[in-house]
Amino acid sequence: MLKDITLGQYFPGDTIVHRLDPRTKLILVIVFIAALFLAVDWLSYAAMFLVTALCVKVSTIRLRSILRGLKPLIFIIILTGVLNLFYTKGGTVLLDWWTFTVTTEGIKRAFLMVVRIMLLITGTFLLTYTTSPIALTDGLEILLNPLKRLRVPVHEMSMMMSMALRFIPTLIEETDKIMSAQKARGADFSTGRLTERARALLPLLVPLFVSSFRRADELAVAMESRCYHGGEGRTRMNALHMARRDVLALLCGAALLGGMIAMNVLGI
Amino acid sequence: MDAVIKVQNLTHTYSVGTPFEKTAIHDINVEFYPGELVAVIGHTGSGKSTFMQHLDGLLAPTSGTVFVDGQDIFASKEATRDVRFKVGLVFQYPEYQLFEETVYKDIAFGPKNMKLSEAEIDERVREAAGFVGIGEELFEKSPLELSGGQKRRIAIAGVIAMRPKVLILDEPTAGLDPGGCEGIIRNILDYRAQTGSTVLLVTHSMDDAARIAGRLVVFDAGRIAMDGTPEEVFSRAPELTAMGLDVPQSAAIAQALRERGARLPGAVYTLEQLTAAVAALRKGAGAGA
Ligand SMILES: Nc1ncnc2c1ncn2[C@@H]1O[C@H](COP(=O)(O)OP(=O)(O)OP(=O)(O)O)[C@@H](O)[C@H]1O
Ligand SMILES: [Mg+2]
Repeated sequence: MLKDITLGQYFPGDTIVHRLDPRTKLILVIVFIAALFLAVDWLSYAAMFLVTALCVKVSTIRLRSILRGLKPLIFIIILTGVLNLFYTKGGTVLLDWWTFTVTTEGIKRAFLMVVRIMLLITGTFLLTYTTSPIALTDGLEILLNPLKRLRVPVHEMSMMMSMALRFIPTLIEETDKIMSAQKARGADFSTGRLTERARALLPLLVPLFVSSFRRADELAVAMESRCYHGGEGRTRMNALHMARRDVLALLCGAALLGGMIAMNVLGI
Repeated sequence: MDAVIKVQNLTHTYSVGTPFEKTAIHDINVEFYPGELVAVIGHTGSGKSTFMQHLDGLLAPTSGTVFVDGQDIFASKEATRDVRFKVGLVFQYPEYQLFEETVYKDIAFGPKNMKLSEAEIDERVREAAGFVGIGEELFEKSPLELSGGQKRRIAIAGVIAMRPKVLILDEPTAGLDPGGCEGIIRNILDYRAQTGSTVLLVTHSMDDAARIAGRLVVFDAGRIAMDGTPEEVFSRAPELTAMGLDVPQSAAIAQALRERGARLPGAVYTLEQLTAAVAALRKGAGAGA
């Protein structure tokens, strides 16, 4: 049920993709997105597709998990496809009916845009599927460290983020449990008119809020009683280290981006 | 007599098709009869809660069938919904599920979902509150401002108010002080005595199981390892220990006495039996001297 929402869930593993430093992976994802938006034509798209497919293969993440992650976004993907299909000018007109015109250029654009979005989502999922949330926020904190100079509360933000990530599964589990308990008393969450269904959520939200506030309170006390006082002078149990594979991966990323820029300039 | 609940080859696997796949119960076959009081025991993670949620139609079997009153509860949506009112399930830590503004409204939630008349709902709320010892002076309070033990009673009343044929309680005494535990056990026994309903009780307390249940079902690693009277089950103490379970304190004391040469009868697992056995022993010794 609710458990089936993947929500960037982490799948533990021991492949090179898993072992890369989270900072490397974060940078690579940004590079990947930039490269994806530089892609213009068949050849560059094919290159991006191959790179993505290779990464997925190496990470041993099952295709089914990726498709399941794409499912909630299917609406956006279809909408993008349809809009591009009907509102692209140029090329031979294949169909002209009322305000809809389908051209060869439109079909091509629609196809490439859909591929682009799917690759974009797959790439970011690959990051969250292969990196534990803790490593991810740690990496992010270090990468954003320079912003501390500008008085951006980087540590606090990353602490908040890792806590939020940490409690998402707990919250889902709890929602599931409370839902079951209310169902056991005959509550019905899945049928009825919209207003009825909205009202049926009340028995769910009240206990959920109560327990979330209680938990937040307990967590704050637990942290303070262990002398947590912000990021000042705090060291890490698992310090992050860049290894040779990280350097190699970053070089590959740079090559990809460079290649895409070159192709973009040449218009391939 | 026909079984109220009949479970056939029930298997449940969580998160099928993901790396977190886990089979929590394997091929369970069991029947429960009207009016029985069954204690279900088993180590943490042995699948008790998973099993119980199938009996109320909350979890759908991966394979196998559950019959309540001879009706396959997953045959149709209506059947699954009907079973919610026939089988009342009180979850572990039910106090975290209270949500209404007042105690009265919270207890009335189940009966209201049954679409009963106002008068009928009122009668049931008062009756259910009576069973668990919640006085009318608490009816207009917010459930959130009551003590843990009181909240738990209100949650139990909320299920009892549906007048289920089968009442299932998942560790109703977990985390309460001895007085609170005793009170809840008394409430359950009173309820059963007055309504004659079937009660399934998940518990970690061997003493409670020995004292009140007529039948024990022991879960081990997702299977039913033993099913019988307390006498039968507790006579297999070494197996229970191997499953990480205790025996009742009285049974442990009796065993220790036996090891020191005292001749006690086999069936000693409640305090009353132990007292009687020791008294008989002393009498025998007195007569011999
Ligand atoms: N929602 C779930 N998703 C995945 N696995 C689960 C889920 N609920 C339970 N499990 C697993 O199924 C197994 C049985 O759990 P269950 O809660 O039924 O045990 P239990 O006998 O009730 O334990 P306890 O005495 O601690 O309440 C456990 O190994 C648990 O990890
Ligand atoms: Mg349990």
